[in-house]
Amino acid sequence: MNVIIPKKAELASKLEATTIPVSSEDKQLALEVIEKTPLPTTRTEAWKYTRVARIGKIAFTNQQAKIKSSIEKYIIDFSAATLVFVNGHFEKELSSDNLPEGVSWNLLSALDVLPKTKLKLENEIFNSLNTAHLTDGIQLTVAPNIVVEQPIQILHILKGTKVISNFKVLVNAEKSSQASIIQGYFSEEGENKFCNVISEINVAENATLSIDKIQYEDEHSFHISTEEVSQECNSLFTMNTSTLNGGLVRNNLHINVIGENCNSILNGIYLTKDKQHVDNHTIVNHVAAHCESHELYKGVMDDKSTAVFNGKVFVRPDAQKINAFQSNGNVLLSDDATVNSKPELEIYADDVKCSHGSTTGQLDEEALFYLRARGLSKHSAHQLMVSAFIGEVLDMFKNKNVRSYIDALLQERFGWE
Amino acid sequence: MIEIKNLHAKIGGKEILKGLNLEVKAGEIHAIMGPNGAGKSTLASVLAGREDYEVTKGSVDFDGADLLDLATEDRAREGLFLAFQYPIEIPGVSNINFLRTAINEIREYKKEDPISAKDFMALVREKSKLVELDSKLASRSVNEGFSGGEKKRNEIFQMAMLNPKLAILDETDSGLDIDALRVVANGVNMLKSNDNATIVITHYQRLLDHIVPDFVHVLYDGKIVKTGGKELALELEEKGYDWIKEELAN
Repeated sequence: MNVIIPKKAELASKLEATTIPVSSEDKQLALEVIEKTPLPTTRTEAWKYTRVARIGKIAFTNQQAKIKSSIEKYIIDFSAATLVFVNGHFEKELSSDNLPEGVSWNLLSALDVLPKTKLKLENEIFNSLNTAHLTDGIQLTVAPNIVVEQPIQILHILKGTKVISNFKVLVNAEKSSQASIIQGYFSEEGENKFCNVISEINVAENATLSIDKIQYEDEHSFHISTEEVSQECNSLFTMNTSTLNGGLVRNNLHINVIGENCNSILNGIYLTKDKQHVDNHTIVNHVAAHCESHELYKGVMDDKSTAVFNGKVFVRPDAQKINAFQSNGNVLLSDDATVNSKPELEIYADDVKCSHGSTTGQLDEEALFYLRARGLSKHSAHQLMVSAFIGEVLDMFKNKNVRSYIDALLQERFGWE
Repeated sequence: MIEIKNLHAKIGGKEILKGLNLEVKAGEIHAIMGPNGAGKSTLASVLAGREDYEVTKGSVDFDGADLLDLATEDRAREGLFLAFQYPIEIPGVSNINFLRTAINEIREYKKEDPISAKDFMALVREKSKLVELDSKLASRSVNEGFSGGEKKRNEIFQMAMLNPKLAILDETDSGLDIDALRVVANGVNMLKSNDNATIVITHYQRLLDHIVPDFVHVLYDGKIVKTGGKELALELEEKGYDWIKEELAN
């Protein structure tokens, strides 16, 4: 009998174990997982449409680097307090001196010990990689009863060939606080670079937290990001994910709604071209009763690009009176573009209102003809139709500066006017 | 203005236009009538550049340009306007925004400067009044949730905004009550000048009480088989098309 020995991934072979004070138990387990776990293949259900074998063949390293261009171009919201990281390392000179009142923060490297991770490490090579080889990151705490008007933006820039950043963001929005965070992921030169980021977020009782995430790394970048969110009772959490560039992007957004009377809002847009691959996996786990979740993701794929949407909603036995809505829409602009959309509902309670839907199509030829018959070029007609399509999602974004920044990126990358 | 010679066109292998000739001069209004399936809407679609149709023979000269050689948008930029028989709803695309883009792309084509926001809004106010289109409708998504009459008025509003040389109204009167019909016709009449021309495609003589044509043509089996003055429309309304078929058979 032949025994197939799983091929050990190369990706961590040149990396030293982290010097960040990760809980020793987590670190030990993570190192073991990396040692014995091969990269997921398309036979693994959660990775069925996303091939990561390429990542496994690269021996990544981590170095500090300086960005070439001025930080200005990465600033999403000029009214926000800014924290800049390059390859996972904090850039003090490029960051704001002070965060708004009521927000305290620490670099993870400055903590005595990190809290134990809520993420699963067994069999999860990317979570383990982040844990065992953590570069650095930030812990943010919003004090109880404080309403923070000024957004806090965390900008991460990836730079250099075969470089990896294992970056981590911990957010604790305490009781009855309100805050908004912007996360921007960018890149400068380099092939085969990899941003592997984890955010662990706790939204305490009656707190309101919103996160606008913009992903705009170049086409020579891999990006895997996992957000693990827990919501306590009466809390409101919003996550707006905009993926506008990146070679291979995978987002895992997990929301555990553990308290009653919560509201969870998940909005996403993804626009792809060339050979990009963008995968959004979301899970909303309703454990408690009287909650609502609203999920709307829309994508537009051109050229030979591929997108994946997998949205799962669980309604657990005690989670009665849940309203959970999920919708995913896709437009394919070329014959070679692909989308795999899989909305899933698992309901174990009997008094709930849930819906999900998925559509995939092309731009309406009749509408394009109508617009062109009025004098619009093909390009303008396409753009108007596509922007109307994703506009439904963008209109939900409350921060107007974020919205304008996205518009500017759409102009830069897709020639929108 | 436009000279159509021996136009043949087919869709899905079926020949619909079979040698159509028509000349329209500046300042004129022409009505095209005919039974169902004669090719009226096909003519409108072919002139506007709908890609489903294949022109197999013939030529169309539009003010010196070879119309059939131009892309749909360039035909519009040269001054051709088609009021659609079934105006499509385009959710999320604002009527106003798209019209501003259209006007500016037409101006760019003519090497003119873009219209200022102020002039544009003044134009919107003036032209929406002309067709009694609620200014709220003007700024909504294109035709979304509009009634049948509002859609047709929106077509004439767009025509007024774009100020074309040649307007083709494809059954713009179908399904309108008499008040809406009067508004639409009134709009067309107000826009009429010695420099532009209109082709009105219709089933019903009723519209021609309001938009008085210089010529009435009967389109039958892919060709114009009879041409007369406005009294021809009355005759058609009264007697139908059978007598024309008989005339042709003899």
